Amino acid sequence: MTPEQMTRFLSGYAPIEGVADELKRADGSMRPVWDPLMRHLAGQSAETLARAFARGDQYLHDTGVYFRQHSGTGMDAETGSLMRGWPLSHVPVVIAEAEWAALADGIAQRAELLERVMADLYGPGDLVRDGFLPADLVAQNPEWLRPVVGMKPRSGHYLHFLAFELGRSPDGSWFVLGDRTQAPSGAGFALENRMASTRIFHDLFQTTNIERLAGFFRSFRDAMNGLRGDGEGRVGILTPGQHTDTYYEHAYIARYLGFSLLECEDLTVQDGRLAVRTINGPEPVGVLWRRLDSRFADPLELDETSALGTPGMVAALRAGAMDMVNCLGSGVLESRALMAFLPRIARHLIGAPLRLPNIATWWCGQETEKSYVKANLERMMIGSAQSTKLPFDIEANTAVAGRFPCGADGSVSDWIEREGAQLVGQEAVTLSTTPAMIDGKLVPRPMVVRVFAARTPNGWAVMPGGYARIGRGGDPTTLGMQAGGSVADVWIMADQPVVQDTLARAQSGPFLRRLPGLLPARAADNLYWLGRYVERAEGSVRVLRAYHLRLEEYGRRTVPLVDRLGRFLESYGVDTREPVPEALLSHLDAALTCASKVRDRFSTDGWTALNDLADSARELSERVAPGDDAARAMSVLLRKTAGFSGLVHENMFRFLGWRFLSLGRALERADHMASVLASFAMAEGLDGGLDATVEIGDSVMTHRRRYSVETSRDTVIDMLALDRDNPRSILFQIDRVREDESKLAELSGAQGVGEAGRKILMLQTALAVATPEQITARRLSRTRRELAAISEALTAQYLS
Amino acid sequence: MSQTYDITLRIAYRYQNPAAASRTLLRMLPRTLPDQQLLYGTVTTDPAPDHRIDELDFFGNPCTELAHGRRLSEIDFLFKGRVLRYEPAHGLDLSCALEDVPREVAQIHSIAPESPHHFVGASPRLRPEPEIAAFARDCVAPGLSALAAVDAVSAALHDAFAFDPGATEVTTTPIEAFRARRGVCQDISHVMITGLRALGIPAGYVSGFLRTTPPEGQKRLEGADAMHAWVRAWCGAEAGWVAFDPTNAIRAGSDHVAVAFGRDYSDVAPVKGSLRSSGSHRTTHHVDVVPV
Repeated sequence: MTPEQMTRFLSGYAPIEGVADELKRADGSMRPVWDPLMRHLAGQSAETLARAFARGDQYLHDTGVYFRQHSGTGMDAETGSLMRGWPLSHVPVVIAEAEWAALADGIAQRAELLERVMADLYGPGDLVRDGFLPADLVAQNPEWLRPVVGMKPRSGHYLHFLAFELGRSPDGSWFVLGDRTQAPSGAGFALENRMASTRIFHDLFQTTNIERLAGFFRSFRDAMNGLRGDGEGRVGILTPGQHTDTYYEHAYIARYLGFSLLECEDLTVQDGRLAVRTINGPEPVGVLWRRLDSRFADPLELDETSALGTPGMVAALRAGAMDMVNCLGSGVLESRALMAFLPRIARHLIGAPLRLPNIATWWCGQETEKSYVKANLERMMIGSAQSTKLPFDIEANTAVAGRFPCGADGSVSDWIEREGAQLVGQEAVTLSTTPAMIDGKLVPRPMVVRVFAARTPNGWAVMPGGYARIGRGGDPTTLGMQAGGSVADVWIMADQPVVQDTLARAQSGPFLRRLPGLLPARAADNLYWLGRYVERAEGSVRVLRAYHLRLEEYGRRTVPLVDRLGRFLESYGVDTREPVPEALLSHLDAALTCASKVRDRFSTDGWTALNDLADSARELSERVAPGDDAARAMSVLLRKTAGFSGLVHENMFRFLGWRFLSLGRALERADHMASVLASFAMAEGLDGGLDATVEIGDSVMTHRRRYSVETSRDTVIDMLALDRDNPRSILFQIDRVREDESKLAELSGAQGVGEAGRKILMLQTALAVATPEQITARRLSRTRRELAAISEALTAQYLS
Repeated sequence: MSQTYDITLRIAYRYQNPAAASRTLLRMLPRTLPDQQLLYGTVTTDPAPDHRIDELDFFGNPCTELAHGRRLSEIDFLFKGRVLRYEPAHGLDLSCALEDVPREVAQIHSIAPESPHHFVGASPRLRPEPEIAAFARDCVAPGLSALAAVDAVSAALHDAFAFDPGATEVTTTPIEAFRARRGVCQDISHVMITGLRALGIPAGYVSGFLRTTPPEGQKRLEGADAMHAWVRAWCGAEAGWVAFDPTNAIRAGSDHVAVAFGRDYSDVAPVKGSLRSSGSHRTTHHVDVVPV
């Protein structure tokens, strides 16, 4: 690459005057740290680059990365949601190691300061007594949780994992827009952005010194394991559940770090200790990484209306029976108003000014500050003092530059005069810009970076990278960060070669000893139903194919078999006028819902295959005609189902959860076969009924080889009900159920045979000694009732 | 002047279908205060819990946290004890002027439990209500002392409200009760707290007991058959907290025995629990406050 080529490549990139830019200095020259990336970009053809970007997007699409984008603003907003894909801005933000080191230093100082503020607010209350914080700002803060006052965390620390939203001023210095102390999200998203960017810029990761993220996560994981203290109890991640905007991240990071993903209903407090309800009874939890807002954690002592909480959580924490990352009540540090007082508190508590300042903030409950804000309305953003939103999350009553952009009425000045104590003014800042590739050209876009810090035995560790958000338009004020921008990876570029690191690198304290798998009853239940729904869908598809093949063959003429197939389908809620019926789509949706609740224990390939199956079915439903067309569509769906089943049943390790998936599938398949046999193999004189049964049972070839005669009632029953070697027969399924349940009982250390085991054994024995003549329609319905009773017994024994 | 009471409080739950494993938080044991002393007394449950912790909550209320591991079809919570109650001094009006209250509040640099800062603005069950605020403003005139203002609001609410146990439930919001002008002590207290906070007076909720049988020749007070509720108002640094019973339009005195202080009912509910039962349940309360 010649310097001329580079110059040409960069010539169109024109930062806004008076705004700091990450790529270019004020004199228009490029910052050297960007050189390798820019050379790389300039040296690619548009097609090569588009292919590389597509690789990153494909990765994010395939892994199913999403977050629920809430109406209005950023990812912390609370109302209305829709799932959306990952808007990756492919050009990363590049920051030099030396600059980053100074920033990390400021972050560590700030983290320590926040720890001390929290210890005081939940301890002696000296900051209020000595006039460093107004009493009503604390007392009126909904995140200051009175039941936590006086509580001493077992580890001695309240805060363990924090995030900071940073921006860069026109003078080049960094400042904090918001401290995220409650349950900060984004670290997992940062990891996913990195995975995508390594796919896009694979070569650069080999040839340049981009700091790796794995070391940070390893330190944090080891620190969490270390918090277990005596080594008793597990580490879990507490999520509000799949309806939260960042659930994907919770599941992802649980898988990445190897911790259990738990919901409040998985947890119970017994004898003052927190435990997970597992399929084998309660298992103690020693450390909980809380991704749920504190006040929802315990309906008994905190928000009594919370449907998410675990009663007794506060008591367990108070009793010192566990540690929480971060301690309940940490959200108190997120209020905007606190930032007005932190500079002075820093000098008081740590005897030094803040190395990393925050956005200038004035609390309007004080006369001087109120007058100042009123006199400077033009360069202020005014909003609720207790809000924990970031400055670019404009709320209904936020005033910017003396006006209400969201349409509230009245004079801003009067408002401040009336409600001063509830308001803060914050300086309307200008952010820096960073290059984004739009329509093949680099253009400057405003950005903020979320940076993560974890407490380790060696002090605060700061992730060498971060989660950048890029504004959609060119407006470099915080307003430009609103509503749907994109996200980008952040590269810290070292001067020296970096260690090629992964999380798996062996090197850990005494706690890496793997505990046996922990399976919450709720997760087992979802796996069980996932197995059932996928099999239920497959059963419907097989009957639908048989139906449409015959519809094609006989046309609309009334043939008893077509009629019988139609009625059979209708008894399952299938509308036969729809070639790909809604009932089938809803089985697949139900399967997806179950799978989405256990994302942390699911392989990416399995998830992709299941999504592909559901997407295909929905897509086919829009364009398939009855008859041959529909039969072909069913064949496509059968192949995709087989693909999913293959991934799940052949490739998955036989861990506990797999047993539930397998149980669900076997019970559903046995029930379906019993139902098919009763409808089509028992009726005297139903022309073609036996052949249809064999076809639905996917056993045409087997039958031909095995019996070398025409189908007869007895050969069909023998093969599809009683043959232990036919993977479609009822008895084959019962054998699987027996094997799975015995394994579960054995692992739970149960003595003797339980209720479920007894019922399974009885049905297995009865079928093992039955002859084809004995299998009547009535016997088949009894078998179906026995299968239902087995399902109930399994649910009672393991799943509740 | 003092009075000793033997007090019994029994709260019983009966479930149609047995309720699953539960945790319960009780606030049934009377507080010990400068003008009130718990001589002896215990909180017990039947059946006995598998796990029990007794401690004080943030506001200093005695609390009992219970865990029952078994399914229960019935459970009784019982307090029995003896309390000595002194008549509080209702001497000179030491309260500041109504309009000076916010300034006096601002001068309190404390987030300790007794600090007035906890008792202004919104709380879990109470939020600002313009209609109640307007009612409260109509009760007061410029130049009133804080204490006189609270008395005025208390008297006006007593006149406006009909005591009607059938009109509201434990979950009724203050504005619903206010619009109906009907309710029980909980409703009237919630409305009064909302009104006082609108006037800038810090106000909190008190749950407790009322003497069941009046002294000879006196009228029986409303609210003596169940647990009672009244209001504490902060009337300036000098006067501090003063207790008012708007249901009876009196200052709370030696007929009142306080159990728990809080911002509103959610802080002081005698039984908070998480029993999960699919069927319906029935609750009965029985209170006896006998002078000895």
